[in-house]
Amino acid sequence: MRFSSQLKERWMHRLFLVIAAGSIAVLLVICLFLFGEGLPIFRLVSVQDFVFGKYWYPTSEPPDFGIFPLIVGSFAVTLLSAMLAVPLGVMTAVYLAEIANPRVREIVKPFVELLAAMPSVVIGFFGMVIVAPFLQNMFDIATGLNLFNAALMLAFMSIPTICSISEDAIYSVPNNLKEASLALGANHWETILRVILPAAVSGISTAVILGMSRAIGETMVVLMVAGGAAMIPGSLFDPVRPLPASIAAEMAEAPFRGDHYHALFATGMVLFVFTLCFNLIADHIAHKYRQVGDATL
Amino acid sequence: MKSAFLSGVQVLKTLPSMARRSRKRQAGIVNPVLGGPGLQARRRCIQRCLFMLFGLAAAINGAALLTILIFIGVQGIQAINWTFLSQPPIASMTQGGVLPCIVGTICLSLGALIVAFPVGVASAIYLNEYARPGIALRVIRLGINNLAGVPSVVFGLFGLAFFVIFLNFKVSLLSGALTLGVMSLPVIIGATEEALKSVPDTYREASLGLGATKLQTIFRVVLPAALPGILTGGILGLSRAAGETAPIMFTAAVFYTPHLPKSIFDEIMALPYHIYVLATAGTEIEATRPLQYGTALLLITLVLGMNLIAIVWRSRLRRKMKR
Repeated sequence: MRFSSQLKERWMHRLFLVIAAGSIAVLLVICLFLFGEGLPIFRLVSVQDFVFGKYWYPTSEPPDFGIFPLIVGSFAVTLLSAMLAVPLGVMTAVYLAEIANPRVREIVKPFVELLAAMPSVVIGFFGMVIVAPFLQNMFDIATGLNLFNAALMLAFMSIPTICSISEDAIYSVPNNLKEASLALGANHWETILRVILPAAVSGISTAVILGMSRAIGETMVVLMVAGGAAMIPGSLFDPVRPLPASIAAEMAEAPFRGDHYHALFATGMVLFVFTLCFNLIADHIAHKYRQVGDATL
Repeated sequence: MKSAFLSGVQVLKTLPSMARRSRKRQAGIVNPVLGGPGLQARRRCIQRCLFMLFGLAAAINGAALLTILIFIGVQGIQAINWTFLSQPPIASMTQGGVLPCIVGTICLSLGALIVAFPVGVASAIYLNEYARPGIALRVIRLGINNLAGVPSVVFGLFGLAFFVIFLNFKVSLLSGALTLGVMSLPVIIGATEEALKSVPDTYREASLGLGATKLQTIFRVVLPAALPGILTGGILGLSRAAGETAPIMFTAAVFYTPHLPKSIFDEIMALPYHIYVLATAGTEIEATRPLQYGTALLLITLVLGMNLIAIVWRSRLRRKMKR
């Protein structure tokens, strides 16, 4: 009796371990199938021509598979959205963690959480039918579906990520640092700028990187709002075609296991590698510069 | 030395009113560290302005959410009526309702939950109850974090290559639900872990002290105590799966199918994909605008409604835990 129950304990422990390791397995299977379907394109074009090729005409004869304009589009949209989202997100986090009184926080926090939960297709739809005509009239431009509009919509998708992770980082700054600063005569604002933010900087940079990772991988918004022209943007109001938009828009038409199909999987590979890098960097920062008491400053 | 200093700081901190009074008494005298009254007033003014700016940043987020909700709410409510909710689309999707999309989205997200919930909860139990800090834990956490960061369209490609083609499930409810399930796994793991962490260790110690095994402690003590939090995680996973579009584009959803799904191998329609199709690919984009608004409102209500339930439930739980 005792023996079998011990055996059961041990087997259940193993079962839980196997299931938990399943997420690693899933990640590996994703890699395997993504690369399995994507790598064949490199029999046709070299890696260099694929990544740095300036022309993306997958359906013309002969086709051009150069995703450089798509990569530039993705990075342009992501950086621009980060420029909007980082100040807003971090400031909101500081406000929620330090300034707002508890009752205001109880009201504002659900707003940020609901913004995070907003389906991306709805934000894309909003950008298409409301923001695009508005931008078109206001700046007198050819199309409202452009780089700026996409970046604006993406900013509001990455703000909740940036805000909630930064807020956690600010919360976990040890209280005695704050008290020491106040006792030395600094006021609340000076304490936030000189003590709390520097102490939380590793957490905040993790937040920023994860927010950008969310923006670069976001599909529906850039598919509906970015305009879809596969060219290197010259101005803020040029249409662009980021990587995810290209995959989502063309997959349905690409002939099964044709060159175009493989090229789209290879595009997915590039996107996957980008977000993987972002996440690994964020993870590295979070572990290496972990906030451990007063030692962080 | 250090602790004595800190306790002094704490005393000062606990008596802010006294400090304020003494500062008032000193008004007019230039303090060599804090500066004279003019400088102090300027610092206070800077602080007030900057705090207002920070409040403004928070308000912008709220305003953005409200703008989206109001625009889509006002336009969408006019399109929603009984026909819209209970009929399939007719006249090449320019009229009629969205019943197949509602059914499709519910089936997909419930399917995803059935896939992800047991796996997610079991993973969280391992991470929180069994795992000891070390290389294995680090690797598993890294895997989960990276899984959470995989772009939704890459999940779509994965679903297409693995479920649709390799396992030959075709474009079907099953493929879509599996893809969405994999995608919502990290959400459920995160929420379950938080719920397990909030169960006080004294519960576990009391159970082990009474002679229960680890397994009995987990199933009879820890899980029941954490259940509400775990269910909250389930709701969040459900809403995440319901709102996603890109993962189902190649794996489950089709432009139009006249009948409701009869088996898990049927193609389906889904609310998010329906919005995308009507707004971008239809022949009558302008004419179907009301339908688009209506569908968007329906999706928002579904997703944000579930989230609101989860948020309220969780905050009530936290308050209970504090008490």
